[in-house]
Amino acid sequence: MAVNYSAKEEADGHPSGGVGVPGGGAVGGGGGAGAVKTRKPDNTAFKQQRLPAWQPILTAGTVLPAFFIIGLIFIPIGIGIFVTSNNIREYEIDYTGTEPSSPCNKCLNVSWDSTPPCTCTINFTLEHSFESNVFMYYGLSNFYQNHRRYVKSRDDSQLNGDNSSLLNPSKECEPYRTNEDKPIAPCGAIANSMFNDTLELYRIDNDTRTPITLIKKGIAWWTDKNVKFRNPTGDGNNLTALFQGTTKPVNWPKPVYMLDSEPDNNGFINEDFIVWMRTAALPTFRKLYRLIERKNSFQPTLQAGKYSLDIAYNYPVHSFDGRKRMILSTISWMGGKNPFLGIAYITVGSICFFLGVVLLFIHHKYGNRNTSADIPN
Amino acid sequence: MVLNWFPLVEVFHKEITMLPLVIVLLASMIKDAIEDYRKYQYDKTINFTKTRVYDKEEHAYVEKCWKDVRVGDFVQLQCNEIVPADILLLYSSDQNGICHLETANLDGETNLKQRRVVTGFSSQDTVFEPEFFQNTIICEMPNNDLNKFKGDMEQPDHEQVGLNIENLLLRGCTIRNTEAAAGIVIYAGHETKAMLNNSGPRYKRSRIEQRMNRDIFLCVGLLFVMCLVGAVGHGIWTGKFWEHPPYDVPDWNGNFVAPVLAGFYMFLTMIILLQILIPISLYVSIELVKLGQVFLIHNDIDLYDEEADLPIQCRALTITEDLGQIQYIFSDKTGTLTENKMVFRRCTVDGLEFSHQENDRRLKTQKALDLDREDFTKLQHFTLPPMNLGRAATVKPSTMRPLRRCQSDRARTQGHTRSRSVGRRDSSQSQVAFSSPIEKDVTPDSRLLRQVREAALQTESFSPFIHMKTSTSFTDFFLALAICNSVLVSTATAPRQRVTIPPPIKPSGITLEKIHQIFQRLKLASLSQSFSSSQSSSQLGASFSAKNTEEPLAVLESCDNENDSSASSGGQELQDKGSTEIGTASLDEVFRSATNTSLPTDFCYEAESPDEAALVYAAQAYGFILVSRTPEQVTVQLPQGTLLTFDILYTLGFDSVRRRMSVVVRHPLTKEIVVYTKGADSIIMDLLDNSTKGNISSDKRLKRIKERTQKHLDYYAHDGLRTLCIAKKVLNEDDFQKWANFRREAEAAIENRDELLIETAQHLETKLTLLGATGIEDRLQDGVPDTIVSLREAGIKVWVLTGDKQETAVNIAYSCKLLNQRDTVFTINTENKETCESLLNLTLEEVKKNYEYDKPQRKLFGIIPTSFSAPEAPSPEFGLVIDGRTLDVIFQGGLEEKFLALARRCRSVLCCRSTPLQKSMVVKLVRRQLKAMTLSIGDGANDVSMIQAANVGIGISGQEGMQAVMASDFAISRFKHLKKLLLVHGHWCYARLAKMVIYFFYKNVCYVNLLFWYQFFCGFSGSTMIDYWQMIFFNLFFTSVPPLLFGALDRDVSAETLLRLPELYKNGQNSEIYNLSTFIITMLDAFYQSLVCFFVPYLMYKDSDIDVFSFGNPINTISLLTILLHQALEMKTWTVLQLVVMICSVAFYLIFSIIYNAACLLCSPPTNPYWIMERQLKDPIFYLLCLITPVIALLPRFFIFALRGTLGASLVLKAQQIEKLPKEQQDLEIQKLRSRKEATSGAPVASPASNDDLDQSSSHLCVSPFLPSAAALPPRDTENQGVSASNPLGRRTHDEGCYFFNRWAEEESAATDSSAGPSSGHQPLVASRETAPGQDGGKLTKDYLKNFHYGSHRRSVSSVTL
Repeated sequence: MAVNYSAKEEADGHPSGGVGVPGGGAVGGGGGAGAVKTRKPDNTAFKQQRLPAWQPILTAGTVLPAFFIIGLIFIPIGIGIFVTSNNIREYEIDYTGTEPSSPCNKCLNVSWDSTPPCTCTINFTLEHSFESNVFMYYGLSNFYQNHRRYVKSRDDSQLNGDNSSLLNPSKECEPYRTNEDKPIAPCGAIANSMFNDTLELYRIDNDTRTPITLIKKGIAWWTDKNVKFRNPTGDGNNLTALFQGTTKPVNWPKPVYMLDSEPDNNGFINEDFIVWMRTAALPTFRKLYRLIERKNSFQPTLQAGKYSLDIAYNYPVHSFDGRKRMILSTISWMGGKNPFLGIAYITVGSICFFLGVVLLFIHHKYGNRNTSADIPN
Repeated sequence: MVLNWFPLVEVFHKEITMLPLVIVLLASMIKDAIEDYRKYQYDKTINFTKTRVYDKEEHAYVEKCWKDVRVGDFVQLQCNEIVPADILLLYSSDQNGICHLETANLDGETNLKQRRVVTGFSSQDTVFEPEFFQNTIICEMPNNDLNKFKGDMEQPDHEQVGLNIENLLLRGCTIRNTEAAAGIVIYAGHETKAMLNNSGPRYKRSRIEQRMNRDIFLCVGLLFVMCLVGAVGHGIWTGKFWEHPPYDVPDWNGNFVAPVLAGFYMFLTMIILLQILIPISLYVSIELVKLGQVFLIHNDIDLYDEEADLPIQCRALTITEDLGQIQYIFSDKTGTLTENKMVFRRCTVDGLEFSHQENDRRLKTQKALDLDREDFTKLQHFTLPPMNLGRAATVKPSTMRPLRRCQSDRARTQGHTRSRSVGRRDSSQSQVAFSSPIEKDVTPDSRLLRQVREAALQTESFSPFIHMKTSTSFTDFFLALAICNSVLVSTATAPRQRVTIPPPIKPSGITLEKIHQIFQRLKLASLSQSFSSSQSSSQLGASFSAKNTEEPLAVLESCDNENDSSASSGGQELQDKGSTEIGTASLDEVFRSATNTSLPTDFCYEAESPDEAALVYAAQAYGFILVSRTPEQVTVQLPQGTLLTFDILYTLGFDSVRRRMSVVVRHPLTKEIVVYTKGADSIIMDLLDNSTKGNISSDKRLKRIKERTQKHLDYYAHDGLRTLCIAKKVLNEDDFQKWANFRREAEAAIENRDELLIETAQHLETKLTLLGATGIEDRLQDGVPDTIVSLREAGIKVWVLTGDKQETAVNIAYSCKLLNQRDTVFTINTENKETCESLLNLTLEEVKKNYEYDKPQRKLFGIIPTSFSAPEAPSPEFGLVIDGRTLDVIFQGGLEEKFLALARRCRSVLCCRSTPLQKSMVVKLVRRQLKAMTLSIGDGANDVSMIQAANVGIGISGQEGMQAVMASDFAISRFKHLKKLLLVHGHWCYARLAKMVIYFFYKNVCYVNLLFWYQFFCGFSGSTMIDYWQMIFFNLFFTSVPPLLFGALDRDVSAETLLRLPELYKNGQNSEIYNLSTFIITMLDAFYQSLVCFFVPYLMYKDSDIDVFSFGNPINTISLLTILLHQALEMKTWTVLQLVVMICSVAFYLIFSIIYNAACLLCSPPTNPYWIMERQLKDPIFYLLCLITPVIALLPRFFIFALRGTLGASLVLKAQQIEKLPKEQQDLEIQKLRSRKEATSGAPVASPASNDDLDQSSSHLCVSPFLPSAAALPPRDTENQGVSASNPLGRRTHDEGCYFFNRWAEEESAATDSSAGPSSGHQPLVASRETAPGQDGGKLTKDYLKNFHYGSHRRSVSSVTL
């Protein structure tokens, strides 16, 4: 008899509050509580909706200060950011080689694992010297690392050194999960398409090419290198043995345990690999490739002058209209060069200031009307 | 959601997508579970209640649970037990075979109902034995009609006995005053009438929800477009490549899908991705918010009725915000606008009017006393001074204030049982409404009293010998008042017990010794406490039957009462003596002593309608005391103390068709069979004996009486009194027997029994002799005029739909300010379609003329119509009065549109004499045709259909039972509560919910668009830059509580200001907060904000080494801030609660993100935002973005708000600003604002102060403008139904033998005849105009002059008569 009684309950509760109906309580649901119990609502501030409250009213008068304050804060911040951004030195070379004149034009149609690699050299001149540490990036355009299926095509637990995942990668890696019945390590499309151009920088000083030391460690996030990415564990440190039973990604020329000679930069913890695995948010992106440290305080990291870039051109981008770039940039507290934020701050600050003036005008002209509530016209 | 299970289009993890829905469902599940559990508990207690069911094996009644009661079971019930199923009554311990039932649980009526044992069983003296029951019962299918039951029972000897509702004990009722009853279960469980009537709470769709659903469809459309963009984009993007790039991952077996197919898949993917656009959680949120709103409404102390100890009941949980959008209110009159506490005010007997001046005065002082008492009770709340007062004082024409009467001490000793319930309707007992002193005490008109006493004396002393002729109609009049009703008598001391003073003391039978014996036994019984229901064989003992024994037991507990009862016995003895020793010289003495020794004084009368009680009390005041009533007999004490017992031969109950009731009694002294009829004057007047028989002088006298009475009646009606006519008829034995046979046949009939019954009744109620008429006042409730004025200022049109007479209704309308003296009132009464149509046309033209004229006038003022003055608001200066017949014509003749066209231009419409069906039809008409939000308010069963027809139904839990409350969405106890309910709570609920809904749309669109914009940068591949969990939690946790709180608690304007400026209500009426334009504007704003939230970070991070989640994280954070700050901008009230919730939301987001990003190394494969929040928190860019983006996003809105605050003319803003001002200034501002409003609206409603002055100065005019129209009421269709008009003119013509036929031509001529008084000519539209300066102050004089020039209707009443 699960019946909807609630309507009746309420109705019943109504007459049965009193004394005269001894039997009424049974149906009325506790109506026998007696006449002492009153249904009077509590006279509390909350229940009567009288909580002390702040009721701001937005009028020209009240928001005026806000606009001016925003303006006054934003403009200096904007100027600061803008100046900082302008002080960043940045140099960028497109080495895709789509133009026939480009030295890399010959390599335009390379495949993933062409041996020997197609190499090309691009000379360039730095107008200004780079004073502080220089970050060397490679940049790709029109490369959708954020594609839904691409982003998912990885196995984090394999990369974290999980031995079972190593031999049995996640299904997400399909169709780059296995190759010839061997599990691929590292599996997935991201790893498979890893950027594999080699860039070398030389300073040309009176026709002598001085190689510039490029540091390849420290380019990945610390947490990635030390926590998220781990080589599989097992007996000894021989990576070859640890990766036994796996095969290299299809596009790779060599297996993952041969990415680097140094053991702490090899296998899954190779920093180039880690950087690549952090998929870029936008189709035009850059990734940190190398660091150039400032040697001493007397000499800029990169002096103004002639340089040449040696490229081992392996990575095909022409098929999807991609572009490849090499970027040299110094860095500030706010990262790379980007004038946008500074300009935005200055603009918004100015607009606020302007609107503040407009409101001031309005306030003066119409503001008094409200307080006296005169009839218009 | 389902789509996500297909791998091809999968976006998220299957489990994750389920989560929001699961949580949403979970929330509603928990809510429902709690409700269901409570119901379950409740059911359990019901189901396991024990009752005694007969067991065949054990041959005895055994205890069984309610749930085990089956159809066909025999159930035995004791006193005060609740009936477990619908039971056919087969046995009652009452010797008359009557079982008393309290039906409060079913219909809220607390008076006792009588149920009879099935014919054939009533004779049994022995306890009913189920073993011998061998009858077959045939009955109708279970239905929900509480007042009807048909069936018959075939006895073993094939004799059929009809069964009706009288034989049925309904489930849920309580047995009272009957020691034991037994019966057979007819319907059990769900088939019981009580259960079938219980439809449970209704679920209504509020207007906002309807609009919301529409907007959700808009959102679906938007979603579709977005998905289409995604699909097409993806198709093109995929098709662009001649060779698959490394980032275009083939499916698991290495194949690539064709661009078109890919596009299609992408479409589905996008649906999943962007589904958040459809705010599913909105439904749950709305539910929760409404619960909160209902909670707050329920707890409003201003809506709590101290007297009834009743807060407002919100029965419908889903339509709180509809309260804020009401455009039309349909109100019942009686019990809604008025107290429904009937007070006997005046009467006319034999053509003589008795104005009851003393009573008038008393009523006035009573009000003051009421106030006193209220204070008094506040001080000491243990008991109240009694209000049920001594008869002695009323019998003596005393000018003493009736309240402070002698019995206050006694009431104290009685303690809580009675005194609290008297006059305060807080206990169940006091649900019997007629217990306030106002109704109970009638100070008799001294003139009338003298007459009555003389008459009575005369009658009494000579009646045994002299025939009725000498008895004046005064006696008859009051006898009729006392007898002709269905009032149950009980004493105050034992409220639930009926008094049955040994009634059958016929002049012949009983000797003093016997009475002595009875009292001996009685005392014995009271001592031994064991005097049980053993049936006394003696005739006399029977009168002290089982139920009586209880009565004295109870009575004897208090010595006062013992005195009373002995006093009564003394009275009896005396009476006995008086009647046996007729004609002794000591008669006078006897009478005197009888009057001095008062009878049990505090009789309580429980009547079905308050009018009846009022009349009985009135009769009591003149010494005609109704002492007891059984179905067979009624005992009345005459002023001299004589107890007269009438045998009731038949009672023809009141019904709305006949509009009258009659009792056929045998006069104990004269042995005459007398029919006393009481009914609506219009009906009774037609049934009077017109035949010219007998001598001319008496005939003329009768006619004169009739005329005079009619005059008085009109006067009463005009005074707003409810009128009833009392008539009688003497039958001779033969006629009666003939009729009685006829009647019996009708009663026995199974087919169309009701029709036959009515027919027989009509047969009897003819050729009556008019005795007199009464005028009963139905007082206006407190604060009604004020409430109506406020509601009207709020732009709500108030219509009154009443079954009452036109005059009464119109007068109530004037007195509660529904109609203004300056209003033009059109009255349309007709029965002819053509007439009706032409009338409507004429009136419409008239109204339009005025309306047209108003327009240029408005421009003359040079006021640009602002948002708050409704653009097509008709000039509110017309009233329309229409009656039920005309309504019928309108509905049947397809004139609805014309009627509405007219009615919508009138500021109020009165529908008089309308049936419940018509009421609901009117409501439906307005609701459907005008697409208006309607609210019905009523208190009685006749309002149920109207309440159900309206968008919002409000029941007044008042005098007439619970039916209206049961049907309603909200139940309040006073009409005045409507003001706060609508103006404050309605406004708040609407504003809150509308803002919340729109905010939800905004929130979802804004957030989802972020994902959408990202699709342009990821090849429309459906990827997201925000982690799924954070995305899902975003809507579910991070941004859900503030809007909920906002929806439940925000208040834009304070309650005080809302009440003082009712115009603010128009905000909701015009749906200003949530309509298509605000929706679109909000959508555009959402688009803008999402663009900002996406592209500011985009431009910042463009061509950098940012990764997907590091890009999404600031976007997520920024949008969170933006959305919350947007909320903050919308929020008008900041309390600690809101502040805390806001801060908590942000803090929760940060904490969750930090923990999640730190702990989640490998969770939610394949990707997760490990350590991203931590890194970003170290990045100054993140903070800089979080600072600038919300500013850019909200700048336009902020700026526009500021501009609106300064320049805008929104009344709400004005009100908000006014609230900031100091107190005195506030008043000033509100005054200014109001006067400005009035000026703007073009209707010169005077400012309150001047209005009052005018009212005072013109109070004498209040009546006069109406009189002509009242006099010029149309004579109605007289022929067919034999019903004639109720106005003097018509009456006169009628008397002169001029009959009107129901034809157009005749009616027209009649119209000219009848309208000849107020005006001349054949114009059907008669506007008697009186103009008076109705403007406030000199600034309007010019306008006024213009008005005058145009012959305006500023102060005029015109009536359309035909």
